[in-house]
Amino acid sequence: MEVLKLIGVLIVILGFALKRDTIATVVVAGLVTGLVAGMTPMEILEVLGNSFITQRTATLFVLTLPVIGICERYGLKEKAVDFIGGIKGATTGKILSIYQAIRAAAAAFSVRLGGHPQFVRPLINPMAQAASEAKYGAVDEKTVDMIKGASAASENFGNFFAQNVFMGASGTLLIVSTLVEQGYAEVTALNIAMWSIPVAVISVLLGIVKNHLLDRKLAVTLGGKKEA
Amino acid sequence: METNVLIGEIFYTIIGIIFIICGIFALNDKELKTRIPTAIFWFLLAFTFIVGPHIPRWITGACILIIAAITALNQVRQPGNLDIPKPEFSRASANKIGNKIFIPAIALAVVAVGVAYILVALKLSTNHAIGISAAIALGIGFLITKAPAKYAYKDGARLMINVGPVGILPQLLAALGALFTAAGVGTVIANAVASVIPEGSRFVGVAIYCIGMALFTIIMGNGFAAFSVITVGIGIPFVIMQGGNPVIVGALGLTAGYCGTLLTPMAANFNIMPAALLETKDKYAIIKSQAPFALVLLVIHIFLMYFLAF
Repeated sequence: MEVLKLIGVLIVILGFALKRDTIATVVVAGLVTGLVAGMTPMEILEVLGNSFITQRTATLFVLTLPVIGICERYGLKEKAVDFIGGIKGATTGKILSIYQAIRAAAAAFSVRLGGHPQFVRPLINPMAQAASEAKYGAVDEKTVDMIKGASAASENFGNFFAQNVFMGASGTLLIVSTLVEQGYAEVTALNIAMWSIPVAVISVLLGIVKNHLLDRKLAVTLGGKKEA
Repeated sequence: METNVLIGEIFYTIIGIIFIICGIFALNDKELKTRIPTAIFWFLLAFTFIVGPHIPRWITGACILIIAAITALNQVRQPGNLDIPKPEFSRASANKIGNKIFIPAIALAVVAVGVAYILVALKLSTNHAIGISAAIALGIGFLITKAPAKYAYKDGARLMINVGPVGILPQLLAALGALFTAAGVGTVIANAVASVIPEGSRFVGVAIYCIGMALFTIIMGNGFAAFSVITVGIGIPFVIMQGGNPVIVGALGLTAGYCGTLLTPMAANFNIMPAALLETKDKYAIIKSQAPFALVLLVIHIFLMYFLAF
């Protein structure tokens, strides 16, 4: 029964979907797959141990933690807040586009900004909301929700699509170790980082388009109401 | 030992030492109920990094089973004795140091690229660039902050403990990919897909790989997990083996998965938790805002991979 071998994939899906412990889910999926495929327990331990050791590449990001930790202790995030807080007089969409671009650049340079709790809630969302209020006066509840959603979205866009531009990002290292393990030795952290640039740039441009459309939508819903 | 391997082992040993420090933090926290299992978790991990390559491989395999058992029982907790920086201290320091505080972080990324080119010229692995640039950036960091030396290991271990066991997930998933390959899982998925799609169509292969990455990420809420399964099952047989450049396919494959992350409530810490944090009326407000962007970007991925990889 060839199809039985897919049980490991099923275990991974269920384990992640049901929020089981991720490490244990992955290990159990590996064990069960090996057993179903007729490997002996000793063979499974050999393969697991061997690939875990060759895949240590994926954990190289740990080497960057001391310097990042020290910079955070000495005010890296506070300075980033100052920098972003200095954006004034822009529309809601422009504020979000600028934030996304800064967030993307920071991710590409391995600066781990705090994300939703440290930036979006205390800084970006209030700035985006204030820009609409300044322009259109009172904003209805539904539009407030829409701006909140867009604020959080700009954080996710900037974070996700630019992080692999940094050679030491764990996503970059995962791609390298997976493909090298499969026999593609030409894949290195350097060239994965370089080929991650196109999507990083496109994601920022796409964010600008999205935020421009948001501004137009705000002008129609809020600006229109004012006249009526 | 060959120079390349030797340099690599030095960096893995340093990582192992950071894990040992994490374990010592746990051991020293008498308040922590799970201090023994937490310490064992970090020490075993350090053992696999430092000693693992020099002993029979099954021993590392067995260590991983114990590590998984410890995390499954939720025994790895954060000790309370970490030297967490005080907000007032960081604020005052930010005012004093100013924008120069960004220099070490920028150096970390820029130096890595420069060093990587030098390593290529020396015919050494570019993986070393991460460790070398981290060391240089750390030196710059000390010059700029004038921080006491102890913070190198204290803050390194502090961030590692914050990341926690999930930090080894990418490594473990890559190992799972290897096991899947050894067991022939990739072949089963590949055969199933092959029965549906027209043979030799590069564009269809690319489209199925990108959409498969996004779909699996939507189901699992995790692009990393999807990457090891879908790349082995679809990406390699239907895109790379058709002549696709593995570097471009790999780089775009993972971010195609991230398009799925934007669409799924399973990725709770990006899409649901922040909605609660922002007190939105609609708990899917973030996903709704992201959906059109995610779909457009996924289509862009398909065309980009098709035109760049071949």
